Amino acid sequence: MLDQSHPALDGQSVSIRDLQLDFGSVSVLRDLNLDIHKGEFLVLLGASGCGKSTLLNCIAGLLEPTGGQIFIEGKNVTWAEPSERGIGMVFQSYALYPQMTVEGNLSFGLKNARLPKDEIAKRVARAAEILHLGPLLKRKPAALSGGQRQRVAIGRALVRDVDVFLFDEPLSNLDAKLRAELRVELKRLHNSLDSTMIYVTHDQVEAMTLADRIAIMKGGVIQQLAAPLEIYNRPANLYVADFIGAPPMNLLRGDLRGSEFRGAVTVPMVGYDFAAPPRDGAAVFGIRPEHVLVGEAAATAPVRTEVTVEIVEPMGADTLLWTRIGEDDFRIRIDGQTPIRGGDRITIGLDPARASLFDAATELRL
Amino acid sequence: MADVAFTPDQAAGRPARTLAGPVGARPKSRITAKRVMIYGALGLVSLYWLLPLWVMVMTSLKGMPEIRMGNIFAPPVEVTFQPWVKAWAEACTGLNCDGLSRGFWNSVAIVVPSTVLSIAVASVNGYALVNWKFKGSEVFFTILIFGAFIPYQVMIYPIVVILREIGLMGSVWGLVLVHTVFGMPIITLLFRNYFASLPEELFKAARVDGAGFWGIFLRVLVPMSLPIFAVAMILQITGIWNDFLFGVIYTKPDTYPMTVQLNNIVNSTQGVKEYNVNMAATLITGLVPLSIYLISGKLFVRGIAAGAVKG
Amino acid sequence: MSTRRPSSLLRNPMAKLAAVPMVVTATVVFIGCSLWTVVYSFTDSKLLPRANFDGFAQYDRLWSSSRWIASVENLAIYGILTLLLSLTLGFVFAALLDQKIRGENVFRSIILYPYALSFIVTGLVWQWILNPDLGIQGMVRAAGWESFAFDPLNSPGLVMVALLMAGLWQGTGLVTVIMLAGLRGVDEDIWKASRVDGIPAWKTYLLVVVPILRPVFVTSVVLIGAGIVKLYDLVVALTGGGPGNASEVPAKYVYDYMFANQNLGQGFAASTMMLLAVLVIVIPWAVLEFGGKRRG
Repeated sequence: MLDQSHPALDGQSVSIRDLQLDFGSVSVLRDLNLDIHKGEFLVLLGASGCGKSTLLNCIAGLLEPTGGQIFIEGKNVTWAEPSERGIGMVFQSYALYPQMTVEGNLSFGLKNARLPKDEIAKRVARAAEILHLGPLLKRKPAALSGGQRQRVAIGRALVRDVDVFLFDEPLSNLDAKLRAELRVELKRLHNSLDSTMIYVTHDQVEAMTLADRIAIMKGGVIQQLAAPLEIYNRPANLYVADFIGAPPMNLLRGDLRGSEFRGAVTVPMVGYDFAAPPRDGAAVFGIRPEHVLVGEAAATAPVRTEVTVEIVEPMGADTLLWTRIGEDDFRIRIDGQTPIRGGDRITIGLDPARASLFDAATELRL
Repeated sequence: MADVAFTPDQAAGRPARTLAGPVGARPKSRITAKRVMIYGALGLVSLYWLLPLWVMVMTSLKGMPEIRMGNIFAPPVEVTFQPWVKAWAEACTGLNCDGLSRGFWNSVAIVVPSTVLSIAVASVNGYALVNWKFKGSEVFFTILIFGAFIPYQVMIYPIVVILREIGLMGSVWGLVLVHTVFGMPIITLLFRNYFASLPEELFKAARVDGAGFWGIFLRVLVPMSLPIFAVAMILQITGIWNDFLFGVIYTKPDTYPMTVQLNNIVNSTQGVKEYNVNMAATLITGLVPLSIYLISGKLFVRGIAAGAVKG
Repeated sequence: MSTRRPSSLLRNPMAKLAAVPMVVTATVVFIGCSLWTVVYSFTDSKLLPRANFDGFAQYDRLWSSSRWIASVENLAIYGILTLLLSLTLGFVFAALLDQKIRGENVFRSIILYPYALSFIVTGLVWQWILNPDLGIQGMVRAAGWESFAFDPLNSPGLVMVALLMAGLWQGTGLVTVIMLAGLRGVDEDIWKASRVDGIPAWKTYLLVVVPILRPVFVTSVVLIGAGIVKLYDLVVALTGGGPGNASEVPAKYVYDYMFANQNLGQGFAASTMMLLAVLVIVIPWAVLEFGGKRRG
């Protein structure tokens, strides 16, 4: 293993360069580059089969890439064994050693690395304290709840005293309530440890709430790498726009002429921050349901149009209205107490500054 | 550092960023010491496992003089099919000298009805146990399963008494009955576990649609359970074909199944030992289950796994 | 809708009819026949069963018979060695097959094919291979090593080795396949976790995987055990119980006394002892395996 560090990697905890992974003729990861800062919480987000878990397994050394390099803490670990990479990993299925106690699970790897007994005891005690595992140490995994098991799995990564933690959908096997609790605990853990965390999930709420930056993947390629709000506000392409947000962004097809969007509704793109100089051609106008203005706010909006409410879905805190603009479904999220019923005709307002515009051919943000 | 989306277009225009140190997959020689040891071990094991088959085939194709002179593992210098003909049509057991063919047809006459009957009875029983539970059904099932552990030796004589009473002792049908009874535990278990793994809604939907006991079984469950029927058939055909103990007890020389006749031919103490004929006879007897094994492949494995895993 | 529910005995009559064979098998054959044999083992039945009770006389005779004692000892040796060897070999073969090797299916077919063959066929083949004049011994001698001696079929000390060679050849494939299915069922993340922890593969197998496979081992032990108790055909075909009593087994003792020696009482007593031995093994196992679950 090479120990020299590269000036290009200063400040980077994990650096992936031109990573390629082929299974036979199928490329799972394509020429992928990614720099993860020291202490960063990075979430790899995408639908199943997008390559996010594959990428994580490559970083861990559990899968061997076909091409490219991986650096961890400045060291080239492309050919290193998983245990030599200075990583700890937490799995979706917990992967606890079922016949060992919690203490055995935490110390097994350390004993195997022939660490001194008092050092092992110290590390286990520290992990147990951080994760509140103290009373569980003598129990076996079968006697633990899902949340407790996952805390043990995190503890097993923790005792390795590493700089980089890898999480492979760690909360997916838990029910919604536990998931929310452990999410907060993970965030707290990250704040107190200051180590780098790479976290794979298909759950956008987890991604938005935990991440410093999110990398959205599709087809083995990173679609957008940015802070959560940046991704939410300025999706880099149609895929990201549609993937992030529930319900997803409303998309209207039409043309861009001058700097005016013309479709079932015409929107002069005044105040819109173009990513590139506007070019005429087929375009897609996108606006999130929660950014559509109704009531008094709609009256003063730059663009107004009338729609018929087809279906009302009250969800308590807010209510979702299903309408139509031209041929396209159009969803509007409004305050839960607004008295609107199916069949009502309402005026809505659109603010181009909060909208997104995409080239219909390349699907990239304009 | 700016947050850049590395779309393929942008990546292509970028200068190479490869730094010093290892790149890509680890270089490895195709042959590592570990691989050599694994394949070496498997090779030796295969040799031991194939040896008897090889010896059987080779011996059965040699003439007796060559066997007496030569090496048991060597292929025949002069191939002869005479031992096969003799084993099939002429070898003697006791007074009969019409070869193994008699045992073969006896075995067919035993295996076919035993397989059909035991599967018919056990599949319906497994279905009743899953979907039409009644008071005590689980108790009887538990007894049935534990009964599978009782050594046959404990039950063989009382069964002789019973068969004598109902006039089936020594007949093929008596043996069919015995095979059906002793096939019950494993085949019932097989079907019970399979039917229990099907969604219960299926059964409920069929009942709502007005199907009864037989309607649900024959028109809903059986058509979707053909693989498990195949597994049961494989289990029963090979098991019954290979049986020796019941055959030797419950039939008479005229109706002996093939295994019993084979043992009598080979282990008879009279006359000169004809090893080539013996091996041809052994091979012919093994051929039926062996071909079922080779043809059914995965199903065979599934059958023994289903019978084995999860009791 | 009918006004009155039919009585429970008449509900679902078809289901009850379907269960009749099971009920008859369980009660008449498994319970009834076993009890009948146990009862008649206390009689002096000879050619025909007679209800002429004779106390433990048959058992006294049984346990003072050198042939019976040899049978029990032989079976114990065979059983212990078969259990140990087929579990070890089965697990090792399965672990070897689990190394992502080429030709896995071919190897599995090779190791499993004897399982499709009967014990009679198995015994006869090995009898021929172990033939002192024309088999392995004869061949090695003909090749020049004149003093070579390997004649297990005719040496009382080695004849159990012959049975083991044939028995393991026939049955190890089954254990291998069961173990392999068990190995394939182990969560892949466990392997990943142990690699991240830096634990060598052999250690993971021994300390993590084997404990996980405990139920598979139990299943295998039960299956192998059931086969051991039944050991009969193989002995008949391979050794005939000889030389002397060196490869006699209880099942053969039972058969010979019942059907050849016309001494039913002895056969009943011997088979009752077999039943007793099985119960001593099966009942604790059943309590351990299923006793806990019932409560839950």
